[in-house]
Amino acid sequence: MDEHRLSRRRLLTAGAAITAVPVAAAASALGGADVPFKEGQANAPAAVDNLTGWTWFTDVEAAFITAAVARLIPADDLGPGAVEAGVPTFIDRQLAGPYGSGARWYMQGPWSPGLPTQGYQTRLTPAAMYRAAIKAIDAAVVRESRGSSFARLAAADQDAFLRRMEKGDVALAGTDAKGFFAQLLQNTLEGFWSDPIYGGNRDLVGWKLIGFPGARYDNSSFVSQHGEKYPLPPVGIKGRVEWIRS
Amino acid sequence: MAKKLPSVDALTIGFGWTGAIMAQELTDAGLNVLSLERGAWADTSREFATTFAQDELRYFWRHDLFQTTAHDTQTIRNDASQTALPMRKLGSYLPGTNVGGAGVHWNGQTWRFLPSDFVARSHNLQRYGAAAVPDTMTIQDWGVTYDDLEPHYDRFERLCGISGKAGNLQGQIQPGGNPFEGPRSREYPNPPMAMSYPPTLFAEAAKGMGLHPFPQPSANMSQAYTNPLGVRLEACTYCGFCEKFACGNYSKASAQTTILPVLMKKPNFKLRTECEVTKINLDSTGKRAVSVTYVDASGEEFEQPADLIVLCSYILNNVRLMLLSGIGAPYDPQTGQGVIGKNYAYQITSSVNLFYDDKILNPFIGAGAHGMLVDEWNGDNFDHTGLGFIGGGFLGVVQTGARPIETHPVPEGTPNWGAGFKKAIAANYLKSMSLSTHGAVMSHRGNYLDLDPTYRDVYGRPLLRMTFDYTDNEHRMSDYLTDRAADIARAMKPREIKINKRKGSWDVVPYQTTHNTGGAIMGTDPQTSAVNRYLQSWDVSNLFVMGSSAFPQNPGYNPTGTVAALAYASAAAITQRYLKNPGWLA
Repeated sequence: MDEHRLSRRRLLTAGAAITAVPVAAAASALGGADVPFKEGQANAPAAVDNLTGWTWFTDVEAAFITAAVARLIPADDLGPGAVEAGVPTFIDRQLAGPYGSGARWYMQGPWSPGLPTQGYQTRLTPAAMYRAAIKAIDAAVVRESRGSSFARLAAADQDAFLRRMEKGDVALAGTDAKGFFAQLLQNTLEGFWSDPIYGGNRDLVGWKLIGFPGARYDNSSFVSQHGEKYPLPPVGIKGRVEWIRS
Repeated sequence: MAKKLPSVDALTIGFGWTGAIMAQELTDAGLNVLSLERGAWADTSREFATTFAQDELRYFWRHDLFQTTAHDTQTIRNDASQTALPMRKLGSYLPGTNVGGAGVHWNGQTWRFLPSDFVARSHNLQRYGAAAVPDTMTIQDWGVTYDDLEPHYDRFERLCGISGKAGNLQGQIQPGGNPFEGPRSREYPNPPMAMSYPPTLFAEAAKGMGLHPFPQPSANMSQAYTNPLGVRLEACTYCGFCEKFACGNYSKASAQTTILPVLMKKPNFKLRTECEVTKINLDSTGKRAVSVTYVDASGEEFEQPADLIVLCSYILNNVRLMLLSGIGAPYDPQTGQGVIGKNYAYQITSSVNLFYDDKILNPFIGAGAHGMLVDEWNGDNFDHTGLGFIGGGFLGVVQTGARPIETHPVPEGTPNWGAGFKKAIAANYLKSMSLSTHGAVMSHRGNYLDLDPTYRDVYGRPLLRMTFDYTDNEHRMSDYLTDRAADIARAMKPREIKINKRKGSWDVVPYQTTHNTGGAIMGTDPQTSAVNRYLQSWDVSNLFVMGSSAFPQNPGYNPTGTVAALAYASAAAITQRYLKNPGWLA
């Protein structure tokens, strides 16, 4: 059977079932390659390799990221924090991919800082922004005689420095401290709560913390059970923790 | 040189909701129809199967179903004194891409506008006097009435299998429905969705206050449904990945789940994907379109002639293509003359968070249009005397699903990170909910669309420039709605609430709604509108322009129901009148 005919049949019958239209019309209906459907090509996401070392970060950058995200979502008596969830690996893999290079974003000039209501206006891609900002942060720590790098500061001093970045109350060479902090926090939340195939939320710790049941697609038996605790454990795209732990 | 192709009877530029509706109607009338879609083919089993559709990072945060700004975007500014800069990264609104358009990742909130919405200018002038509509507020009547559109609304609701409860059947008010809606010829095709706990709590409190809560009309199926074309949709599973996501379960009406299985089989229909129309070409009189120029995925340019051209892309691209093709007079905000780009509007939203100690709310259970609402303060359902604004919106609890990267309900005063944040989110996630308001935006002289003088797309064409801000009318209206929402929230007896009013200028960063409207508005006068009541261009008689670009201002409801009803009304005028005697229909 030729590929297009097979493809068309799959298109027409996959899911939305036809009841009223005669099937005989199908064979000649579509104009050859007009519908580029191929069977067996589900556009499923690829899981990252989260076992090997850094893909984008240098060791110095990785030390910063590990220290910073540990303060943004710390490990404590409620459970694992961002480091234990694999957030540094998540951010590393994101920066190495299309997100890091701003592949989907309009990145043509001319460039102007613009107003806050005009959003992202830096010419730096996310990956380039991390590279520039981490260098500038460590330089600022040295300049202010606080220590040799952010990663080597005491936790309380790290918190204080992050709070200054959040307010834009620290000068970073070539980098907008407030903008970078917002980006770092956003990526940290993403790594803590996204599906574990992207390298973060390891063992679904982010979802367990709040009670989110994950990539389930059928809650219909539970929608009307008001006020009751959801009975099922969280599940990721690749399954439950015990199935996917490596 | 563009390669010239054989002519077709009718061509749709774009293949989302309106492209699919028009292609279905025009092929039924016997025309040979070609659709050109700049995005790729997209179907449920391949692009968003249930085995991986519930992926918050990929689809929402990394924009997998949305338009790529690298390809083209808009430049944005709040007023003409600012320099517009490109929206480099999507935020406030999320236009779709690929077959099905934004109708793939919509929520499915499927409304009819109020009868008074269609006569907003004359109605408000009559009830409140000239002072209610200042000179700078450029609202207009639509040139079409609710009664004109009723059968077409009905048609779309049948196509989709909308779940809901009628509030007005042929003039008789129905308990449990929205008593403010216009009269319906018949009940919704499907009963309301099952309600989770948060909308139920809202409805109980609202009812206790003497209000009239009703289930949100929903394109998420409350039960399996076979539509009039013979296409079957499945019952919604309340997975909570609907808004900003595609449905893997054939439970949300979209072009893919309602029309395409039939349309794609027709011998007189062709679809070419990854073919982007760059211009509509006119004849020497400028009154007739002869062809479109498009570029395929390899970069090769083609000229495709057609007798009838239907512009079915997203509103912002509709307006841009008209400006780039020299169709109609561009709007000038200084003089108020011209029509293309005029009366751009949007939506204004706000919310109130509620936090409980004693109620497990399971906010992750949801669907795109799974809510209980009140309409007491929408449109002109209430007396605006002395309030300082016109228009309104609906409010209530719509439980779309609390995806965890996006949803961080924490009380006032909680830090944004650190141990305090972690503790607050762990304590509140399952025991909080949000009451939202969804308000109208009137049209104003200074809010408009034109071509940017500086920034270009991948083909070197000017980007569309959006000049937009909320005015006092919108802020007063939205604050009023938010205060009403807060009253109901308090009556729901939570431990505490947090009120999130929409303050200041429109900001492109946070997601708000993909309800952009206007710029090629409909009306009765070619001097003040771009298309007539049948969505036919006043300037080019064989060009029809679909979509919310036709809205003269944006009422307080989601737009898709009206976009589709206008498309069906246009299709009826084309097939019943235009094809017999091509020329202007009004």
